Amino acid sequence: MKDVIIGLEVHVQLNKLRSKLFCSCSTQYHDSEPDTHTCPVCLGLPGALPVTNGKAVDNAIKVALALNCNIEEWTMFYRKNYYYPDLVKGFQISQYDYPIATNGSISLETEGGERTIRIKRVHMEEDPGRLVHVGTIDKSKYSLIDYNRSGVALLEVVTEPDLRTPKEARLFLNKLKNILEYLDVFDSSLEGSLRVDANISIAGGKRAEIKNISSYKGVEKALLFEIVRQNNLVRRGVKVVQETRHFDEVRGITISLRTKEGEEDYRYFPEPDLVPITIVDRVDDIKKTLPELPDAKRQRFVLQYGISDNHAKVLISELGLANFFETVATEVDANLSATWIADVLKGELNYRDLDISAFSPGHMVQILQMLKKDTITENGAVQVIRTILDEGGTPLDIVERKGLQPKMGAEASGNITLRVIEENPDAFQDFCKGKNEAMHFLMGQVMKETHGTVDRSTVIELLNKSKKEKLQNASDNHREA
Amino acid sequence: MNVDGIREMFQNGKSVEELVHSIFDKIEHSKLNAFVTLAKESALEEARRVDKHGAKGMLGGIPIGIKDSISTKGIQTTCCSKILEGYIPPYDAHVIERLKAEGAIIIGKTNMDEFAMGTSTETSCFGPTRNPWDLIRVPGGSSGGSAAAVAGGEVPLALGSDTGGSVRCPASFCGVVGLKPTYGLVSRYGLVAYANSLEQIGPFAGNVKDVALLLDVISGYDPRDSTSVTKKCEYLKELREDVSDVKIGVPGEFFGEGIDEKVEKAVWGGIKALEDRGASYTEISLPHTKYSLAAYYIIAMSEASSNLARFDGLRYGLRLGKDKDWHTTFSEIKAQGFGEEVKRRILLGTYALSAGYYGKYYLKALKVRTLIKRDFESALKDTNVLITPTMPFPAFKIGEKIGEPLALYLADVNTVPINLAGVPSISVPCGFAGKLPIGMQIIGRHFDEATILRTAYAFERGMK
Repeated sequence: MKDVIIGLEVHVQLNKLRSKLFCSCSTQYHDSEPDTHTCPVCLGLPGALPVTNGKAVDNAIKVALALNCNIEEWTMFYRKNYYYPDLVKGFQISQYDYPIATNGSISLETEGGERTIRIKRVHMEEDPGRLVHVGTIDKSKYSLIDYNRSGVALLEVVTEPDLRTPKEARLFLNKLKNILEYLDVFDSSLEGSLRVDANISIAGGKRAEIKNISSYKGVEKALLFEIVRQNNLVRRGVKVVQETRHFDEVRGITISLRTKEGEEDYRYFPEPDLVPITIVDRVDDIKKTLPELPDAKRQRFVLQYGISDNHAKVLISELGLANFFETVATEVDANLSATWIADVLKGELNYRDLDISAFSPGHMVQILQMLKKDTITENGAVQVIRTILDEGGTPLDIVERKGLQPKMGAEASGNITLRVIEENPDAFQDFCKGKNEAMHFLMGQVMKETHGTVDRSTVIELLNKSKKEKLQNASDNHREA
Repeated sequence: MNVDGIREMFQNGKSVEELVHSIFDKIEHSKLNAFVTLAKESALEEARRVDKHGAKGMLGGIPIGIKDSISTKGIQTTCCSKILEGYIPPYDAHVIERLKAEGAIIIGKTNMDEFAMGTSTETSCFGPTRNPWDLIRVPGGSSGGSAAAVAGGEVPLALGSDTGGSVRCPASFCGVVGLKPTYGLVSRYGLVAYANSLEQIGPFAGNVKDVALLLDVISGYDPRDSTSVTKKCEYLKELREDVSDVKIGVPGEFFGEGIDEKVEKAVWGGIKALEDRGASYTEISLPHTKYSLAAYYIIAMSEASSNLARFDGLRYGLRLGKDKDWHTTFSEIKAQGFGEEVKRRILLGTYALSAGYYGKYYLKALKVRTLIKRDFESALKDTNVLITPTMPFPAFKIGEKIGEPLALYLADVNTVPINLAGVPSISVPCGFAGKLPIGMQIIGRHFDEATILRTAYAFERGMK
């Protein structure tokens, strides 16, 4: 594959803030009727003035610190002038010169090893309203606008063109999301919380900018599509033109919106209604509030708990999961905890599209303690986890209700198996002849007798042992005869 | 008509309702076209309320006119532009909240140049306001309706806004007192923006005392305006006739070419009158004055081009018969909704901010602005106030200059440097050219409204 160069402009909503960037309207609009979280300021009514939400600036500084950026002494807002129906003032209050932070980095673990992706700048801006197109953007007869989102604080993180594959782009976004959630400034589960503009060029050709991709997977898909499209053009000897494209999530393709000639001149100039904000004196205080970040936590988990790096990597991938692990690991064996949380519980959660808040750490501790004391089988433990997720309940109740009680000792389960063999000589005979159905039948009988509290492997072992003995006896008898 | 006179009427038994009725009667029969929207119902209701419960607050029962660029809840606010036809704001500007809190009675909205862009109140979509001193002449602008309403005795008080002289110019042409406060003294929350970094809401009245009173009501910190500051004093209390400590600076640049001889003479007469009352004066220089018109128009038009972008008819204001696609519809609304002068300024401002020109025009204008501000700061180190003619000439005839935009821009030569510097300035009547009033401009240090009010007050008392 030819050299692919990708740079991202990631817009994330600072949606943990209670109010918008320039007014006191609530940001909790996701379950509300359109235009119910608005005021003269975020509707851009004549005469209304913006006032900067100091908390938003603090959150932006937090992010800048976590991304290892240079933080400027002071920062200021500019007006970005363009016309669009979702933009109430005919300009967006954004940043231009003197953004809040520059020159940061994020390190990525890729297939090709550790890579550093440089962050060019981080800046604040206000979110426009939300357009709802009836049908698709290019064929829509009319569009509806909801201004609830208008004025919500956005952070734009701009990378240098350091990404090389669509997969790296997705890894980058996951890492960024991970960091933002650790900082408690971002909730990725909310609709519209993330939008990405991706720039991509191939082998020194002109770049295309794909605007407004609204999912992590979408970014990877759009970029994969773009690589194929641009490669096809090159192969046919057609020049790739510099243009802005739209990603159609449903069809999985990108469509041209406008070419370079149509690019807008945003006529940036300093926002006269806002005064420059000194930030240098806030940085030290904010630094003190910075939480442990994912990379540091991963290292600590390996060192402190002696768990594998792979387990640590899974556990830190969500802050909730990491905290869950630590709560459990202080009560029971850390390695056992890591295995059961990272391998089993996480899988069951993913399968059900749930997050860790669906499971109580106390329950996990109880389950692991039962396993430790050998009072439940591994199968039983998995069943308990699934039941809690599907039906609710506590581990002890479920063990009782489902008859998953104390695992049979080897002796007891051996005796039952022998009894089943004695009581079913024909079936055993068939089993010895290698008939699979007979094995299933005998297993079923043992499980019935033990209420499923023995390991299948133990039963199979016992059956095989009996078979061997029987065959041995038969041959001995034969020899004697 | 002044505040003391009205209070006396109330004391003599006249009800607020009677007064308000007579005001509406006068306005409805007026030839001035000073008011464009009347708030009859709410004004009478408020009047009856005051009559019932007594006049409370600093302006209890006092009628006031409001420039149509200031947002008034429930009262149509159009900036005298067709594009805002039918827009009834859901919120009050900060100054309106203050007026209501102090018991003032809002009579209605006054005429102005469309979006405050003008010097004559001729660009209003409601037609021109006439000068009460001579009905064939303009009242000045852009707050011409407010000045004419006060001068014509329709209301004792009015609010205007001043971006480059829009309070002082009509005050001068109509023979009333008008003040442009220091940038930041009065909250701009609710003032429909023309050029944010330059403008302030300012009071009009028939005398200095009433201007001080109205300034007391509207000034002070408002957290909704990031450029707003806390005021230092109550202005009415600071008024006195003594000016023996006042050092006047007279900048030669403001008496230059194009200044009418009678105007020059009247203003010098004013300076001499203040000298007679104990003030001293020296001639000083503000060397960068010659660049101020250019810098002013670049900054004002650039900001305007952005401020006026929001008027697309989508959420409020003008709608045309049939909607087409977004680009066509909003283009047509702008084409039909904005007047010639507004379009001219939007286009020039758009050009000045465009890539490749920003540094050449806007940034350069900001640098000039800094130099002008320094001129004033240094001149006002050794003086307390500066005195100049407010306007180079008295009121001109309606239609006389409207075809020459450049000539009209030049008329702002003495008022725009004040907005660039952000200092306060007041215009007081200082004589006549024939039957036309002449205004004298008294400029002060940042946030020293008290001294310019006192100087104006002493001068006014001397005139009587």
